[in-house]
Amino acid sequence: MNANIFRHEFRARLRSVIIWSLAIAFLIMFFFSLFPVFADQAALINEMMDRFPPELTAAFGMGNMDLASVLGFFSFVFLFAQLCLAIQASNYGFGLVSIEESELTADFLLSKPVSRAQVLNSKLLAALTSLTITNLVVWVSSMVAITIFRGPREYEFSTLLLLLLSVLIFQLFFLSVGLVISLLVKRVRSVTPYALGLAFGAYVLSAFSGVFGEVTLELITPFKHFDAAYIVAQAAYNPPLVLLNVGVSIVAIAVSYWRYLRRDIPAVS
Amino acid sequence: MSIIEVSHLTKFYGKSRGIVDVSFAVEEGEIFGFIGPNGAGKSTTIRLLLSLIYPTEGSAKIFGKDAIQQGPEIRREIGYLPSEVYYYEGMKVIDLLRYSASFYDCDCEQRLKDLSGIMELDLNRRISDLSYGNKKKVGIVQGLLHSPKLLFLDEPTAGLDPLMQRKFFDLIREENARGVTVFFSSHILGEVQRLCNRVGIIREGKIAEISDIRTLQQNNYKKVRITAAGLDKAAFDIPGATELQQENGTVSFFFKGDINAVLGKVSAAPVEDISIEEPTLEEIFMHYYE
Repeated sequence: MNANIFRHEFRARLRSVIIWSLAIAFLIMFFFSLFPVFADQAALINEMMDRFPPELTAAFGMGNMDLASVLGFFSFVFLFAQLCLAIQASNYGFGLVSIEESELTADFLLSKPVSRAQVLNSKLLAALTSLTITNLVVWVSSMVAITIFRGPREYEFSTLLLLLLSVLIFQLFFLSVGLVISLLVKRVRSVTPYALGLAFGAYVLSAFSGVFGEVTLELITPFKHFDAAYIVAQAAYNPPLVLLNVGVSIVAIAVSYWRYLRRDIPAVS
Repeated sequence: MSIIEVSHLTKFYGKSRGIVDVSFAVEEGEIFGFIGPNGAGKSTTIRLLLSLIYPTEGSAKIFGKDAIQQGPEIRREIGYLPSEVYYYEGMKVIDLLRYSASFYDCDCEQRLKDLSGIMELDLNRRISDLSYGNKKKVGIVQGLLHSPKLLFLDEPTAGLDPLMQRKFFDLIREENARGVTVFFSSHILGEVQRLCNRVGIIREGKIAEISDIRTLQQNNYKKVRITAAGLDKAAFDIPGATELQQENGTVSFFFKGDINAVLGKVSAAPVEDISIEEPTLEEIFMHYYE
């Protein structure tokens, strides 16, 4: 680890972290503020939901959500938060080393007396620190939102913890997969399309696996690995899927190191 | 011990050629010129030495250490000025230079002030607001900041006005006088001629010639120019003369061989003006490319 690179990387991303964190916090607060209305009209809402075609509710991950309960409604909100968190993490993953190369500052950094491994260590740690900050904001805003808007209704705090704990592992998946893809393709010219593609792709896969009732597709998308509705309903993770998620992340990071340590830094052309 | 020792270095980017079987050595304290046209492999060689890219074959040693295995250690003593300078656009010049200095164990603050004073660099501007020439100045200060023992200059003068070029050359000479070894890559021969002790000529990825700059000039051709009334260029069509040209009463040509053969011809004519000079490096250089 090199403290200079860490500091530089962290600062470069600070503004983005603040914007993402505030946006997600706002999203959670706003959506969850609608909970009292839903809860009061529970019978009506559930009747309405039953009238939607099951494919549609499944596509929004609402197939087995009870919108009248605190965590049932929260898992609905959580899905949208997950989508944002996925985009943020993919963004950082794809940009981690590729921005330096597309803006041609890699020559500057790598001609310094640091090894490639040190560079990647520092960059990964800085990105993780950034994601941790977003995480904390998600935790705080979720708890605040639930405390303010739950009214008299009770909920299982340990299940909420399970949901919130999943955020960092969930983001780590997108960070590492984004990074490894950026190192497997020849050159990433613009980060955003890749990041949106990965995050929405994963989301759509999860949504479609609900529609067709298939089990094969959900194996590869973190939206299924950490399906909020499942976690709330079972009050537990789905261990094989979580292991798969962590496994993919670890492999992605290992391959990233392997590629980056042997990488030819593209020159100006 | 040579400061840089390159042996059979080869680099292919997929199938396209970078450099092929390049070998040379740079001695301590010299200014080594590395000349070649664009795309000859100058930057590839430098980037290999800095392990920004990895060789297909061959190896290189800097300060007697393997350029790849011991890269980070070696780079502590290296200053690098890339041909195209790109820095973090959002940063201020001073912050970038401090970031750069933070990688070396030196207190560079005074040197930072001195160098940017010499190069007339405004430290408080943002990188994104700088012109190409000013970015180049940042590059120069950045490369010299930590008092490296070895300097890689990759076409350093592009974008600098003549006044700045001169200051830059003075700076490099000063560093060299302190014992700094300089690896100077360029396609402009004039500046190499002004600065370097030895040159390596690279062409299509291969070393065409490595030689002392004086021998390169002396052992070769003389440039002869004679003005005389009624002179005919046919008179100088003798063995050793090439590129014979005539403009009104002036005949010019390159000559290699016993100069008395020319003088004999000249003494017979009513000479108004004569010059016999060393050819410039450019003119010698053209021979390598013909």
